[in-house]
Amino acid sequence: MATRMNKTDVVIVGFGWAGAIMAKELTEAGLRVVALERGPARDTQPDGAYPKVLDELTYNIRKKLFQDLSRETVTIRHGLDDTALPYRQLGAFLPGDGVGGAGLHWSGVHFRVDPVELRLRSHYEERYGKGFLPDGMTIQDFGVSYEELEPHFDFAEKVFGTSGTAWSVKGQVVGADKGGNPFAPDRSNDFPLPAQMRPISAQRFGKAAAELGYHPYDLPSANASGPYSNPYGCQMGPCNFCGYCSGYVCYNYSKASPNVNILPALRQSPLFALRTQAHVLQVDLSADRRTATGVTYVDAQGREVAQPADIVILSAFQFHNVRLMLLSGIGEPYDPASGQGTVGRNFAYQNMATIKAFFSGEVHANPFIGAGGNGIAIDDFNADNFDHGPAGFVGGSPMWVNQAGVKPISGIALPEGVPGWGSAWKQAVAEYYTHTVSMDAHGAHMSYRDNYLSLDPTYRDAYGRPLLRMTLDWKDNDIRMTRFMAEKMRAVAQAMGPKALRVYVKNFGDHFDTTSYQTTHLNGGAIMGADRRTSAINRYLQSWDVHNVFVPGASAFPQGLGYNPTGLVAALTYWSAKAIRERYLAKPGPLA
Amino acid sequence: MPDDPSFTSRRRFLQWSAVAVPALAAAGAPASGQAPSADDRPTFFSASEWAFLRAAAARLIPADALGPGALEAGVPEFIDRQMATPWAEGRLWYMQGPFVPDAPPTLGWQMRLTPRDVYRLGIAAADGWTQDRHGRVFAELDPAAQDGVLQAFESGKARFEQVPAAIFFAMLLGNVREGFFSDPVHGGNRGLAGWKLIGFPGARADFMDWVERDVAYPLPPVSLSGQRG
Repeated sequence: MATRMNKTDVVIVGFGWAGAIMAKELTEAGLRVVALERGPARDTQPDGAYPKVLDELTYNIRKKLFQDLSRETVTIRHGLDDTALPYRQLGAFLPGDGVGGAGLHWSGVHFRVDPVELRLRSHYEERYGKGFLPDGMTIQDFGVSYEELEPHFDFAEKVFGTSGTAWSVKGQVVGADKGGNPFAPDRSNDFPLPAQMRPISAQRFGKAAAELGYHPYDLPSANASGPYSNPYGCQMGPCNFCGYCSGYVCYNYSKASPNVNILPALRQSPLFALRTQAHVLQVDLSADRRTATGVTYVDAQGREVAQPADIVILSAFQFHNVRLMLLSGIGEPYDPASGQGTVGRNFAYQNMATIKAFFSGEVHANPFIGAGGNGIAIDDFNADNFDHGPAGFVGGSPMWVNQAGVKPISGIALPEGVPGWGSAWKQAVAEYYTHTVSMDAHGAHMSYRDNYLSLDPTYRDAYGRPLLRMTLDWKDNDIRMTRFMAEKMRAVAQAMGPKALRVYVKNFGDHFDTTSYQTTHLNGGAIMGADRRTSAINRYLQSWDVHNVFVPGASAFPQGLGYNPTGLVAALTYWSAKAIRERYLAKPGPLA
Repeated sequence: MPDDPSFTSRRRFLQWSAVAVPALAAAGAPASGQAPSADDRPTFFSASEWAFLRAAAARLIPADALGPGALEAGVPEFIDRQMATPWAEGRLWYMQGPFVPDAPPTLGWQMRLTPRDVYRLGIAAADGWTQDRHGRVFAELDPAAQDGVLQAFESGKARFEQVPAAIFFAMLLGNVREGFFSDPVHGGNRGLAGWKLIGFPGARADFMDWVERDVAYPLPPVSLSGQRG
């Protein structure tokens, strides 16, 4: 018999960026909010305390801040006829755990979105014709426009204290030859902080790209370039390029996180409660399954607890949102054979290629100097900024040097042919570590009919519930795109004048490798859209089927972006919160 | 070097040990004539396993003209200490069955074995394989022969029954690198040998003045405890 808590107005499942933003917005609207986070309490103190946090083994190698797979993981298979096996060790992607979620251990690359990517299917069909999309590709429009989201991008940047160089503000070009991105959409305001300094490796990439006629720009970074107070009164200190960003808690209050940029303000509100080590098992539904009555969770002691609420926000990591919907019976599970059903549909990832450029001793990349969001990028091959007609594939890719702080256990790349041990290896790491520049083509990943999420028939979590099953593999379009991007990036790398290059790119026939880190940018499965037959949630992130359930997060993306997802996750969450505040509270029911 | 606190504390330890040896000997400790050091007292590994680990570490990252190797940097001690962590017991991993160990490598670890199992079974198999082919265990071979044996493990040419040789080798090499490059608080990287080799400044963690300068970073590494290299 579950312990029953007093009813609250809103219950939030998962306290990362989306959960924190919703909690702030909805307490501001006068609602009582209970946030449930299954991981531990985490904050700059003690989890990011200097100098203890500067420990690669504990944080990135033994994975202190990431999801505890011993209790719950996912299973993965490449195709519909395969048997999925558990993701037993963290490899390709690193979901967060604890207060702040992945927003505590992220790097801080803070983009908006290329407007084309919000209406990707319509755009491609208009420019290239309906026959251009390959069979089985299921990309679609988000159902919301850049213009609708712009105020929310703007506000999120103010909350995150984002550093960058604008190209145009209110139609006026302000960033030409200063590091602005000519492909970026117009903005209502400049970045709250100027761009960070440019490390040597990024400068060299930018110079080589410009020589080839491309348009280098400063990566927008949620690592503060100077002291900053955000609209909530939360404060950040200037980033000192310590290099301990991705996988770590920033000791310096320089990297935006829910913990630094929102939680201190939320804690002032008597309407807000945060319960940690509260593992939500399911959303509880009314008898007619048209509304949620709250959630059931297991607390730190192992008690089952019912938390009734009028509104349920699912703001866990991307695939946890999808799993909770499937476990709770919200919406119809997607069936790849018939194409019917929506929950689990359009699961997509990232399509990366990486090049390491090795220089002689006179170029000092000093890769330990880093900031997670910092770098120089080009968008000449992102989104639809070039003619895809002759290229013959769908999707784009920004390319960059994003020197986030390369550590010796995980990070020493060496030229091809160098042995992995012995004196020759030792000689090579001594020769190359401080003279290596790493660059990425951070490719978008399209969605396909048979890349999807469902419940696994065999494997279970620590509570006896089915794990989520990923069915995912690379398609011909993906390989062609990433190989095209790698070649473009190789030319930039060559123009930098290295002694040697090493190119990491997928080959035709390669399968999704779960062991090798790519990004934690997983998308879809509970996608937004204008049509309830092809989306699980509407344009306000509201479940089509259970109107008091809202599902913010990258689970809402119908396909993967060229850019990093956090900026769009934040903007969409503010957009959804505005609809709840201004429309839903007055008249609860479907908003679209 | 005389300023190096690890050097002085180690010298103090040796001085203390020299005095203490008779008492330890009386208590039944081995009196080999050498002062006992931490290296001689592994917690997890048996004496024969320890001999293998020390010999293998010395080949994977050898001491040479560039400086100390894994053995001198305390890597075996690091690995012994890691064996007492949740990681070594497989407690950071999803370890519910069914297990399908012959799955494609792209699906990652699918064995029931924990790191402790891999070391226990792997070292026994490695010494057994070496004994069969060379008539001696690994630690007793000369360095060139040891390198040949390690190559056979790495390539999987050597077949072990209970744990694949290549998996055992990959875990060993990974842990050796961890011990060479992690903060000395974990027991390896003595004298910050790994960081000095490559020019990694450790826990300095403030590079404001160096971001835009194309020069070699001039300051030596520093550890979490304030030790300087």
